[in-house]
Amino acid sequence: MMNLQEYSWRGYLRADGRKGIRNLVLVIYTVECAQHVAHMIARDEPDTHVIGFPGCYDNQYAVRLMLALARHPNIGAVLAVGLGCEYTQPAKIAEIAAEAGRPSAWFYIQQAGGTAKSIAKGKEIVARLRAESAETAVIVPMTLADLTVGAECGGSDATSGIAGNPVTGAFYDLLVDAGGTAVFEETVEMLGLKSIILDRAALPQAADQLAAAYEKAEWYCQEVRQYSVAPGNFAGGLTTIEDKSMGAFVKGGSRPIQGVVKVGERPSHPGLWILDSVPDPHFMQFGYTNPNDTEGIMDLIASGAQIILFITGRGSVIGAPISLLIKITGNSKTYRHMSGDMDFDASRVLTGELSMPAAARELLEMVVRIASGESSKSEALGHREYFVMYKHQDTPALVDGCRV
Amino acid sequence: MTQCFQINSRDNTAVLLDDAAAGEEIEIVGGAGTIVLRQDIEYGHKIALVDIPAGAAVIKYGIGIGHSIQPIRAGDWVHLHNCASDYDERSATLDVHTGAVTDTVYE
Repeated sequence: MMNLQEYSWRGYLRADGRKGIRNLVLVIYTVECAQHVAHMIARDEPDTHVIGFPGCYDNQYAVRLMLALARHPNIGAVLAVGLGCEYTQPAKIAEIAAEAGRPSAWFYIQQAGGTAKSIAKGKEIVARLRAESAETAVIVPMTLADLTVGAECGGSDATSGIAGNPVTGAFYDLLVDAGGTAVFEETVEMLGLKSIILDRAALPQAADQLAAAYEKAEWYCQEVRQYSVAPGNFAGGLTTIEDKSMGAFVKGGSRPIQGVVKVGERPSHPGLWILDSVPDPHFMQFGYTNPNDTEGIMDLIASGAQIILFITGRGSVIGAPISLLIKITGNSKTYRHMSGDMDFDASRVLTGELSMPAAARELLEMVVRIASGESSKSEALGHREYFVMYKHQDTPALVDGCRV
Repeated sequence: MTQCFQINSRDNTAVLLDDAAAGEEIEIVGGAGTIVLRQDIEYGHKIALVDIPAGAAVIKYGIGIGHSIQPIRAGDWVHLHNCASDYDERSATLDVHTGAVTDTVYE
């Protein structure tokens, strides 16, 4: 069997030392009024992805998230498009992307002269940015140690906790052993597990961070009276949030947890990390704990993950912009029924067809193939769902994480 | 024989690995012996491995995932009708079969 250190492929070296597995152009719109123009600019441009923020009034959390995405290792160039009235400033986004070594540009639709002129102008800019990005690209070898892989569950059922997530956890152990970085979130799906989580802390400081994140998640769920569990989870055999939580936490594998990062931060060193996406206390108390799967996936991408593993027992069809999303199901019926959308069948560990170590290795080899350029099912189908919402998180102090 | 999966030796529930009907004998993978279903139970849902008195912890993954709200017999389906979360109160109001909400008004 191949040594973990031997897996290698070619990627794009960025100014901050991180490496991307794709070289994409990102169009960012700064208000809902610019959303259609942004999508029309990216239409029929396969390497051009879109994200944006719908609000006119700006939000520090959303700005931090978008800036992290603009500097994501898979992004080679950035175009920011605004209408011209909103609070969020496309010029600042372009400026920060340029400082991070990305060819970038921005404009207002009002100044460009409306829809048709803005789309034409945007397409010209994208072509120029793409050419500049290709000219200046530094192509280097990559290994598993250069990868950050996020993991998120969605459409969970009872198989997620006994097949899909355990296989993901076993893969995470391999990734961490190879010097890579693993980030998973959903602290609102750790309810009832406080002592189990704290036992996994690498150091006392990490235990303090985990305790604080856990307590906030429990408090927030009680405050907003919303728990991260949906009708389909119950129909799929999960009975309580505690039931779902234990099944979800298994995706963290067995290695020590290095600490907690917040949205817009990235881990300061390799290993296994938890992302805290729960709102911090704020007088408006806006935001739900987990409004949908895509919201959590965006937060994981913002932590620098080039690849996202999405574990879905009941089946989901979503993909993601910027990062490559790989769908894993532990439900054999879902795999057969939605085979066009599912990348990995983890149910084989339940039937005895595949051992857990063999499943983890097979998943690792799929990750390497996709990092090397092969499409995941959601990428090939054109799924690029995104969701940037109003939320409040205190601006993280740059002690453990790094602002991205 | 249809199987159910007992994740931890301390568990008083197991996960059914296919749809099965009342009266069927089910092999307990990860545990020992077999158990006979007292109701029809769907794939992925929980079956009680032993009698669980009202108010006792329902155990899966070796930890309490909630408590019984009525006496549960070995072989019973364990779900929203007889097991409640220690945190989330709304889940007790959901439809036991589909999980659909019953407290939001559509009119």
